Amino acid sequence: MAMLEVEDLNVRFYTDDGVVKATNDLSYRIEAGERFGVVGESGAGKSVTSLALMRLIDEPGVIESGEIRFKGQNLLEMNEEEMRSLRGNEIAMIFQDAETALNPSYTVGEQISEAIRYHLDLDEAAARERAIETLESVGIPSAAERYSDYPHEFSGGMQQRVVIAIALSCDPDLIIADEPTTALDVTIEAQILELLEEVATEFDTAIQLITHDLGVVAEFCDRVMVMYAGHPVEMAPVEDVYYNPQHPYTVGLMSSIPRIGDDRDRLQTIPGRMPDLIEMPPGCNFHPRCPYAEESCTRVDPQLVDVETGDPADPINSDAQTAACLAHTGELTGELEYEVTVRGEDDFPGPDGASSSAEVTDR
Amino acid sequence: MSGSEPLLRVEGLEKYYESESDFIDRLLGRQKKVKAVDGVSFEINEGETLGLVGESGCGKSTIGRSILQLREPTAGSVYFKGQDITTLSDSELRDLRKEMQIIFQNPQSSLNPRLTVNDIIGEALDIHGIEGDVTRDARIKDLLERVGLNASHANRYPHEFSGGQLQRIGIARALAVDPDFIVCDEPVSALDVSVQAQILNLLEDLQDELGIAYLFIAHDLSVVEHIADEIAVMYLGKIAEIGTPEELFVPPQHPYTEALLSAIPEPDPLWEGDRILLEGSVPSPIDPPSGCKFHTRCPRVIPPSDYEFEQEEWRAVMSFRHRAREEDIAVETFGDDDDALTEALRDELDLPSSLTDPEAERVVEEALRSVADEEFAAAESVLRETFETPCTTDEPALRRTDAGRVACHLFDPAYESGPTDGTRTDDGAVTGDGAAASGDD
Ligand code: SF4
Ligand code: SF4
Repeated sequence: MAMLEVEDLNVRFYTDDGVVKATNDLSYRIEAGERFGVVGESGAGKSVTSLALMRLIDEPGVIESGEIRFKGQNLLEMNEEEMRSLRGNEIAMIFQDAETALNPSYTVGEQISEAIRYHLDLDEAAARERAIETLESVGIPSAAERYSDYPHEFSGGMQQRVVIAIALSCDPDLIIADEPTTALDVTIEAQILELLEEVATEFDTAIQLITHDLGVVAEFCDRVMVMYAGHPVEMAPVEDVYYNPQHPYTVGLMSSIPRIGDDRDRLQTIPGRMPDLIEMPPGCNFHPRCPYAEESCTRVDPQLVDVETGDPADPINSDAQTAACLAHTGELTGELEYEVTVRGEDDFPGPDGASSSAEVTDR
Repeated sequence: MSGSEPLLRVEGLEKYYESESDFIDRLLGRQKKVKAVDGVSFEINEGETLGLVGESGCGKSTIGRSILQLREPTAGSVYFKGQDITTLSDSELRDLRKEMQIIFQNPQSSLNPRLTVNDIIGEALDIHGIEGDVTRDARIKDLLERVGLNASHANRYPHEFSGGQLQRIGIARALAVDPDFIVCDEPVSALDVSVQAQILNLLEDLQDELGIAYLFIAHDLSVVEHIADEIAVMYLGKIAEIGTPEELFVPPQHPYTEALLSAIPEPDPLWEGDRILLEGSVPSPIDPPSGCKFHTRCPRVIPPSDYEFEQEEWRAVMSFRHRAREEDIAVETFGDDDDALTEALRDELDLPSSLTDPEAERVVEEALRSVADEEFAAAESVLRETFETPCTTDEPALRRTDAGRVACHLFDPAYESGPTDGTRTDDGAVTGDGAAASGDD
């Protein structure tokens, strides 16, 4: 049994315009201490996934069916009280916008020690001490002094450190980090990723990292799920996805990243845009944008399958590379053709380890 | 390029703001200047693109707005087609806006939600008049198609479009007046990667067809590389380095460019390069660091020539000095025991338990004792006075090197004390004899 198992999760939003199918039979797992990436563009359903895990889906959204098992217990059957003690205690969350995650009218120290006291049943002095330790562990200089500063007295990067400190304060088993570095400058992003990496290793915390940035995933994650229009189109260990992507959408995403030092005159693009989640294209949702689409793609909805065997994927029990494209079930006449170039000097990784990288070119 | 005069020439541009202050401060004239842009010069040729890159607060967006005179510059000149436009009257400026346009990061907020696309673009056409004998509708249709939108959608409202499509509408509106120059202020930062690439390609196509010059402002070096003929990297209101992408991306580089490049997450799980992690964040422009503004974070900050420092030790001493100046060192948390206290301070400041050079060690210890007594100013001054480095005293000027222009003393043969790293300068000389930096002798 994995620490977290999500099975056939369906989240719907009932809006005036129609029913938004935010996730469709979504299944995946996260092992203890694992770093799991969820990638996709806006509208792919990645943030809904994390909110569902915390049972924070609000009206007009509902979790229609499925199970979310955390250490074997179905979160969807817990009462509010049980959920509250789980949130922040065993599962913590880090958002993109640190400033709104913090309460502007309490000092950062108070916010951390409040979380600690709530979950760990410590007295005030002990909670304060632990809060200062936590602030120190996330690299806040002069933690004891800054304990009584208010959030607005911190820079964006420092605020995100505070949010991470709050998340860590109760030693959770799983941290859900939703675009934690997107709002930060690149040099600060590097600091925060390094910090997350450090604390995840030190406390053996599992992390579900939600991001649009394939660079961040490559750096940070063990396994990754690429989402498109509310469902995974590819799920695999990170190296497989980067060096041997098996879904045309993954290929398109990778080849549209601007890379320093490549000689391409034009960037590759994926034509069109993410479909409307109310009226999804029939068959394979990606077919209107897919360079390999055939007639069958407009009729048959491809299932997530093991790319080696073509057997239905078992995302909860297996680590195999899986993708949802008819090319892997023999229902496509043509083949997926693209090239993955691994940059580097002669061998890989580059001898000085300084400049090697994978680059995907569509056809 | 034809002729000697570039399309746009910015000279010594400065934009200062008054800092927020209370009544008493104002009464006593204690207001401080925030130097958002602090003496910036560059040129853009017809049909070419200058990428302007830097982290938040470096002044890049202020430059874009100052060039268009949307913000009045504090000092400096902006020559457009040879004419200094900082001296123009309002009506002359209005005419000029036909030739200079801007597109923004969030097209949502810059497009009137109550107007149809037809009206949004039509409005721009009306203000500036249509040339030739095409009808207004034909021109709108042409513009929409040019930016890759379906002309039959002209009667829709902004909310009916996606982010990428809205950016296309913003571009069509800018094109309506047939400009020669467009400021693109983070035009793709809010878009998904695949859409980002579409917009970048579109901007490049338009440049090829119409010969428009761009000032392309971005926080992401990898985005500008594809579109820029020249790139300027900014730090705290100043240009740190400027050159073609080839010049910029190949070492030797300004230490800040080097760090920015190395911080971009590499989409390759087995990438094994060394990441340069800068400490701290960009200092406040209200009271910026002396000398080179990057010295509070620079990993290569030049050590004093008469002491022997490992580069990392020296970086830690510099950070110690900076934090003493900011009084940002917590003291009271470490008990009364003197030894324990200095040890805890060293730990907090990332200083090794003893420095390589015993002389330097003595000085640092003295400074630590001052800090223990909360005499921050004393600590700062002993460090400042004993350890001299050009990085904190002299402001580096942009100097031409083999590869672009760089504002860093490491590239200046006048300072001989830099660490040896094959840093080449004008005449091909190598600066730095390495005596100060290497710890292995
Ligand atoms: S099923 Fe067809 S349309 Fe969908 S990704 Fe595969 S080839 Fe493309
Ligand atoms: S002048 Fe000194 S501090 Fe500034 S970038 Fe160069 S080495 Fe670093």
